Amino acid sequence: MTQKARQIGDTLLKVEGVSLTFGGVKALTDVSFEIREHEVLAIIGPNGAGKSSMLNVINGFYHPQEGAITYKGETRKQMRPYAAAKSGIARTFQNIALFKGMSTLDNIMTGRLLKMHCNFLLQALYLGPAREEELRHRASVEHIIDFLEIQSIRRTPVGRLPYGLQKRVELGRALAAEPDLLLLDEPMAGMNVEEKEDMCRFILDVNDEFGTTIALIEHDMSVVMDISDRVVVLDYGRKIADGSPDEVRANPEVIEAYLGIRHN
Amino acid sequence: MIYREAGQFKTSYGADQMIFPILQDRIFVILAVVAAYLVPLIANEYWLQAVLIPFLILSLAAIGLNLLTGYAGQLSLGTGGFMAVGGYMTYKITTAFPDLNVLIAVLLAGLIAALVGLVFGIPSLRIKGFYLAVATLAAQFFILWLFNKVGWFVNYSPSGTITAPPRTLLGIMVTGPEATAPVRYLIVLTFLAFFALAAKNLVRGRIGRSWMAIRDMDIAAEIIGIRPYQTKLLAFAISSFYCGVAGGLYVFCYLGSAETEAFDIALSFSVLFMIIIGGLGSILGSILGAAFITMVPIFLTNAPPLIGLSMPIDLQKHIEVMLFGSLIVFFLIVEPRGIARLWQIAKEKFRLWPFPY
Ligand SMILES: Nc1ncnc2c1ncn2[C@@H]1O[C@H](COP(=O)(O)OP(=O)(O)O)[C@@H](O)[C@H]1O
Ligand SMILES: [Mg+2]
Repeated sequence: MTQKARQIGDTLLKVEGVSLTFGGVKALTDVSFEIREHEVLAIIGPNGAGKSSMLNVINGFYHPQEGAITYKGETRKQMRPYAAAKSGIARTFQNIALFKGMSTLDNIMTGRLLKMHCNFLLQALYLGPAREEELRHRASVEHIIDFLEIQSIRRTPVGRLPYGLQKRVELGRALAAEPDLLLLDEPMAGMNVEEKEDMCRFILDVNDEFGTTIALIEHDMSVVMDISDRVVVLDYGRKIADGSPDEVRANPEVIEAYLGIRHN
Repeated sequence: MIYREAGQFKTSYGADQMIFPILQDRIFVILAVVAAYLVPLIANEYWLQAVLIPFLILSLAAIGLNLLTGYAGQLSLGTGGFMAVGGYMTYKITTAFPDLNVLIAVLLAGLIAALVGLVFGIPSLRIKGFYLAVATLAAQFFILWLFNKVGWFVNYSPSGTITAPPRTLLGIMVTGPEATAPVRYLIVLTFLAFFALAAKNLVRGRIGRSWMAIRDMDIAAEIIGIRPYQTKLLAFAISSFYCGVAGGLYVFCYLGSAETEAFDIALSFSVLFMIIIGGLGSILGSILGAAFITMVPIFLTNAPPLIGLSMPIDLQKHIEVMLFGSLIVFFLIVEPRGIARLWQIAKEKFRLWPFPY
């Protein structure tokens, strides 16, 4: 693990006793953990363990029946997607959720919608402030395009891009919001080794350069061990371990869950 | 001049963000607009009145519907109804305030149509697709029923007809029987030029992106902080404003007088066909589609006699229906972005010609 430019700080987000059920299915049961400022937290666990559900609870897409979420010092029973976006939570999805009919540039520009305020009359006339606003945000989106090395697909409709690039554009859209907390749901799934390496580099760079706190779900254990500061392990909707990558790797319960002995 | 962008390097995002970043496109559009303003010098009364004026007005309505359906993804079959609001409200306003400029009355009527559209857009917050289309169909029927039923809307005229009264602008007759076709043509052209530009500005900025985001994936849109309710309602309001203005012009600059039949469901469908054939999610496509749908019947009337054929009128109608039907199926399945997209592909090919790689 390389030395970080920024020190891991106080708790940014705290999940306490969260339980979530769908009909009879218990997706999450009494899960508690915290995410600290500037860290990279990995959430791991077998398929169906409730990892995606956990991210969905954090950004208000799912509403848990029990528990509380404290973000930036404010405690809520549940988040709302709009409030979460407004207060600096951005995310990507396990099954890419890009706007397929729009170009790469426009997709990433949508990440800045919350920062744009000109009313529709000014926009219809494309007068002074509207033009100025558009160009200012365009400039910062171009930084992201450079950073992610996707200049050549700027004008391509994202529906036509290969999977790996779509994942990258989706990361770009999340970054465009300049989030304080970035949630990545399997950002490297379905990628080849080279693409994975690129993605790891982007994630670490974002964390390093902008101090963005990152919570990510990942299956590839070598990647998890490489890039995360801390790991939370879920299994059947429960948290079974929480600690540094080395601690977690040595945890017998985790080994069991991964080898699938316990549930036979 | 060869169509090329080589050598035209953009040195600022401002230049790259222009509506027509390629110089040849800009020249072409400016020439087209200038030519459109010169048309009255050569076109006769028949062409202006029977072809060009309705084409321009329906282009405006098609842009309105395209904002809602092509950009924001909310299917509407209420276009005729919202146009009727524009037509009837222009009539009410200009008869109540004869001194108010009639063109301002058209714009105010557009605002009323926007409000009506907003109200009928409320179901879109809960329902989508086919069910929403049915809800907008209800708007279509309810609005026409209301205008038929309540005498106040037609100033209690026994025939139930609204008639455009004579009104002037800068001393020139612009509506009523005395208004000449060239004058009315120039008015509708100006409306279209201004509002087409405004629509283009809307769709390439923040609002257009939030509409398209809602259209492409509303869940993801919500998660990046787009509020679906406000965004959809704004689309309904702005779209209905366009339809309302088009409806006002339809009565005052084209028909001269109208009953509710002028705005029936057939009109809603024909505007919908315009945007499907012209291109969903394209301002240029709206205009191309309107041109296509208004020109084809004229072509079918005039072309056969030119080559010495006579075509019975009902056969002509049948050919028209079959042609539109098959084109709609073709575009929906093969190229949902319509003629506008075909045009774009042709341009791309031409740009690379003769070396495609
Ligand atoms: N929207 C939903 N409706 C019903 N069940 C769901 C929904 N989302 C998740 N689940 C269930 O919750 C459990 C956890 O799913 P998920 O969070 O996607 O797991 P993971 O991301 O760890 O693979 C699964 O049993 C899944 O079927
Ligand atoms: Mg998952």
